[in-house]
Amino acid sequence: MKIHQLSLFLENKPGQLTAPCRDLADAGIDIRTLSLADTQQFGILRLIVSDWKRGYELLRDKGYVVKDTEVVAIEVPDRPGGLLEVLKVFEKSAVNIEYMYAFTFGRGDKAVLIFRFDDPDAAIALLNSAGINVVGSVEVYNR
Amino acid sequence: MTKTAGHGLGGFNPVSAPDYLPVPLLRDLQLARLQQIVRRAYENVGHFRKQMDARDLNPDSIKSLQDISKLPFTVKNDLRDTYPFGLFASPMGDIVRLHASSGTTGKPIVVAYTKDDVEVWTSAMMRAFAACGVGSGDIIQNAYGYGLFTGGLGAHYGGEALGATVIPISGGNTDRQIMVMKDFGVTAIACTPSYFLHLLERASELGVDFHDLRVRVGIFGAEPWSETMRRRIEEMSGIKAYDIYGLSEIVGPGVGIECSCQCGLHIFEDHFYPEIIDPVTNAPCAEGEEGELVLTTLSKQAMPMIRYRTRDITSFVEGPCACGRTLRRIKRIGRRADDMFIIRGVNVFPSQIESALLAVEGTLPHYQIVLTREKGLDQMEVQVEVTAEVFSDRIGALEALHTKLESELEHTLGIRAEVRLVEPHAIQRSEGKAKRVIDKRNLG
Ligand SMILES: [Zn+2]
Repeated sequence: MKIHQLSLFLENKPGQLTAPCRDLADAGIDIRTLSLADTQQFGILRLIVSDWKRGYELLRDKGYVVKDTEVVAIEVPDRPGGLLEVLKVFEKSAVNIEYMYAFTFGRGDKAVLIFRFDDPDAAIALLNSAGINVVGSVEVYNR
Repeated sequence: MTKTAGHGLGGFNPVSAPDYLPVPLLRDLQLARLQQIVRRAYENVGHFRKQMDARDLNPDSIKSLQDISKLPFTVKNDLRDTYPFGLFASPMGDIVRLHASSGTTGKPIVVAYTKDDVEVWTSAMMRAFAACGVGSGDIIQNAYGYGLFTGGLGAHYGGEALGATVIPISGGNTDRQIMVMKDFGVTAIACTPSYFLHLLERASELGVDFHDLRVRVGIFGAEPWSETMRRRIEEMSGIKAYDIYGLSEIVGPGVGIECSCQCGLHIFEDHFYPEIIDPVTNAPCAEGEEGELVLTTLSKQAMPMIRYRTRDITSFVEGPCACGRTLRRIKRIGRRADDMFIIRGVNVFPSQIESALLAVEGTLPHYQIVLTREKGLDQMEVQVEVTAEVFSDRIGALEALHTKLESELEHTLGIRAEVRLVEPHAIQRSEGKAKRVIDKRNLG
């Protein structure tokens, strides 16, 4: 089950995060989790929001450069070696992990991580056959 | 649908006859007209007479075409200083039309036409349309602005006189433009190349494919554009895109046009005499050498322009044209002398930066050049707005884009430039011409 992540281009200067977050809040769109990847010059803000379609259109209409990417939310046992079990699934496969970050909520003894794969469909198939739980979109957006 | 030619294409259009004048006859005609126009300006325009007197020149000093190089230049400021009517050589009773160009700063420049001038202009525009195969039977959508700007009316008169059907739609209202083009079976369109690109984008949003329309010719001008842009336009729309040149100070559109060879613009030099000079030393350029285009109106009555400095950079195309026209050709104008800046001793034109950005991104993003001086060394930063097309959610992809932009710039310019990726709309938009270069070097 793939979920939609919105990415925004931001210049790397103080206060740059505020504006898009406020725009989303004003429109009643909740941010489920966010992660910022940055270099000295610029940053990419990655967001999972409650209503990605409305969020995408809102941000685009506000003049941001915004991109919609399909990512995969994976449940990882919250114990030593938990992540390793997941990574091992991809070790010998042709699927690449472009990046990953933690979701802000977990479920009991499990953590939820967001993975960006170059081929999300192939990744999901591998995870399913390894018996690793892929978190559904309804669950992610509504959490 | 196949794009069938109008009646004008294929056959020789009689209005083009002057384009094929044997060169010796053309030179004789030019000399006779030059002598007349210098006399007219000397006798009727105080500003010109003063400049001639100061050089000990009079109308009899012009004995050959080469003598034109003795004459004083006219620059844009001369038109501003004599605003509004100071350079007119005809009484208002003989003047039937006034146009004005919007200067980016201060007062506009006013230009005037007698009845004969309008006729010369019309004939030049007829010849321009004919050179790109437009004639009677064609339906021309004239999307140049009508009004004080010369583009709209110039193309309008030429098209009508040629016997084509002219739709005076003027600029703007893109959706209606597309509807008209489709419903009226338009075969030729005249507008700025950037507006045409906008039309193409909008048409594709509306699900209209230009390949299905009858439009086969575009006459594009009033701003510099590149060969790359031509290829893009032609591929996207299936039309033939022709470059037209003109400026209000000389007449308006119709000073020069490409023929079907699309290899340089023929200047209608029986009316507009071209020279190309070194913009710094003012010496004439050798054949094929790049310099500033200087134009003299050979037949304009109301407002003769003697050796007008266009600030447009070009060169003569050597040799005869395959189309058989004897009119000299200039290379398409991609840059203006005013736009050039010097950094670390290297001459740089914003057009070079544009071609580098275009090469990397496929389309031209908004950009701005910021020049600073740090520890006595000039620095150039090119700020480039990130577009949806090149944006990626992966840092690595953006860093690769950044590196690619910097190396392409260094390759094109021969010097290093810093690239800074900025957010959309970070660069201030201006009405009319974009401000491309911010020079902060003299402030500190
Ligand atoms: Zn030709």
